[in-house]
Amino acid sequence: MFQLLIRRLFWSIPVFFLVTGITFVTMHALPGGPFDSDKTPPALVQQMENTFGLNKPLAQQYLIWLGNVAQLKFGPSLAARGKPVESFLLPGLAVSAQLGLMALFFALAVGLPSGIVAALRRGRWQDRAAMGASIIGVSVPAIVLGPVLYWLFGLYLGWLPVAKWSSLEDGLWPYLSHAILPAVTLGAGLAAIVARLTRASLLQVLHADYIRTAHAKGLTQGSVIVRHALRNALIPLVTILGPLAAAVLTGSLIVEQIFAIPGMGRYFVSSINNRDYPMVMAVVVIYALIIVFFNLIVDILYVFIDPRLRQAN
Amino acid sequence: MSSSTPVSGKPTETAARSSGAAQAGDAGAHAVPANVEELGLGGRQSRTLWQDAVRRLRKDPVVVACLLYLTLLIVVAAMPQVFAPLPYDQASFSDKLAPPGSIATGKLEGHRYILGADRLGRDILSRLIFGTRVSILVAFMGAGISFLIGVSYGLVSGYSSPRVDNVMMRIVDVVYAYPALILIILLQVFLTALGQRDDSNLAGWQRAIVMLDRNSGGLFFIFVAIGAVNWLNMARLMRGQVLYYRQQEFVQAARALGAPHRRIMGRHLLPNAIGPCIVAETLAIPSYIYTEAFLSFIGLGVQPPTPSWGSMISDGYAALRSAPHVIFFPALALSLTMLAFNFLGDALRDALDPNLRN
Repeated sequence: MFQLLIRRLFWSIPVFFLVTGITFVTMHALPGGPFDSDKTPPALVQQMENTFGLNKPLAQQYLIWLGNVAQLKFGPSLAARGKPVESFLLPGLAVSAQLGLMALFFALAVGLPSGIVAALRRGRWQDRAAMGASIIGVSVPAIVLGPVLYWLFGLYLGWLPVAKWSSLEDGLWPYLSHAILPAVTLGAGLAAIVARLTRASLLQVLHADYIRTAHAKGLTQGSVIVRHALRNALIPLVTILGPLAAAVLTGSLIVEQIFAIPGMGRYFVSSINNRDYPMVMAVVVIYALIIVFFNLIVDILYVFIDPRLRQAN
Repeated sequence: MSSSTPVSGKPTETAARSSGAAQAGDAGAHAVPANVEELGLGGRQSRTLWQDAVRRLRKDPVVVACLLYLTLLIVVAAMPQVFAPLPYDQASFSDKLAPPGSIATGKLEGHRYILGADRLGRDILSRLIFGTRVSILVAFMGAGISFLIGVSYGLVSGYSSPRVDNVMMRIVDVVYAYPALILIILLQVFLTALGQRDDSNLAGWQRAIVMLDRNSGGLFFIFVAIGAVNWLNMARLMRGQVLYYRQQEFVQAARALGAPHRRIMGRHLLPNAIGPCIVAETLAIPSYIYTEAFLSFIGLGVQPPTPSWGSMISDGYAALRSAPHVIFFPALALSLTMLAFNFLGDALRDALDPNLRN
């Protein structure tokens, strides 16, 4: 197990260099520079580029950047005239992470039970209702669901506030009420995926011999499902946790824009458009780290869920 | 899944089995497979599997409805000017945000806005019809590009020596670790910036690409970006399939008979391994349609005034408070189309899945 983790971590090193390297090169290959839009005289642009080290050879710039990252410094934002990138991204990341966790929670809280019920009542109305809802959930994207929820609950019914974000210090209900619509928008598609996957893998497991054995031993239905069937059926579900996390990140960009949430997503497009190189790099690194982190968690969870993997190592 | 399938499918399966035995005999294999699913190999048998699937799909009313809807979309996308009452960029400011069913007042007097008008006074129905072209093109071009790259990469990787295979798959792993959204956005910004540059500064090949993109209303770059990101899954799936089938007796037999690599790959591995890839590609189409809509929503997609459902949703979102009808129809069209492809992919997967037959 320990070895597996070490090997995984080792593999993420070349991935890190390639991801950041490709981004660095592509980004600098974009036509235009960070100071182009200003009506500044060329001499001043030259001076600014000197200040921020943009006139050095690309390879050298990359090495300097790597050195700074090793000291956990992501550099100054070029668009905000030198304020450190972290001062924008960290508060944004905190908001995005809360939103993402709530969306994941929603996806699991809705997806798991409906998938289980659908599998146990296969072919009956519960199954058809759950699967019908899930195919709609997969097919209605956030750019549709978001505005629909926004209009219905925010404007037409007026039940929930929209276009704001509230921190926990303002009280639990204000905090939750601002987060419900965005979290549901972000989590609906994931809930549908989770439900479909849970149903499919549970159906496969339910036909296995050891389930029949467990029934034959006289165990109760609940105990068979929870202790024997679900435990094995959850393995494929754990596998997609990594991609799910990526989907939450990807989706949060749109959801944050629709509900005007001060998260990290908005910096992404704006930083590329502004050619704010340090900001782009920081966002890419954070995204990649989160994906690597979730994949690592998946590997660890595997071993906890499936004892066979423990022995294999 | 229709429960009557095993009964009605029986004669075909028996026939396929006997002809399969004859063909397997040609290739030098002795074992007669127990049933056609287990076999699933060789040209003739896989065709029966497909024919069987098609017959089952035709019985499903939902599948037929989805196919009819998509056919309609393709026809509309092929000749939007025939169906659209107005050009997509015809604006009449006096009619801005006109509700559905209202009659035009300004220079277009007498025209009826069946689905209303947007914030520039453009007919939503016409824009919706022209926008169909973007989504349908992205669906098929994105699928085509990623399918072509992914399947050939996976085929070569799976068939090559373990060392080459290992290198090719590590490359896939690394690209896979790259957040797809970031790659698409970077590519899209890069390509768009290239497209906006002065022609005289561009090399010959760059100019050719830029012309191609301009003539397609900014669509070509979206195809490239989507295709470049989505071939990874296809490559992995195809490689897995090839690794499985290359161990099979019929491939060993072909090799023993001295068939060249190209023939083994093209005639033996490809037809057998491609089924799950087709299913996976069909199920991936909604994500391509969504990627375009998503890019257009954040302003990195098609260039205005070219309409796309994504950019129309973006327009509608901006007018959500005053005129919620503007967002309604493009949102409905986008969801329905994704739904149709999802249904179709699900049905195709079930129809081709031997485990679900009984």
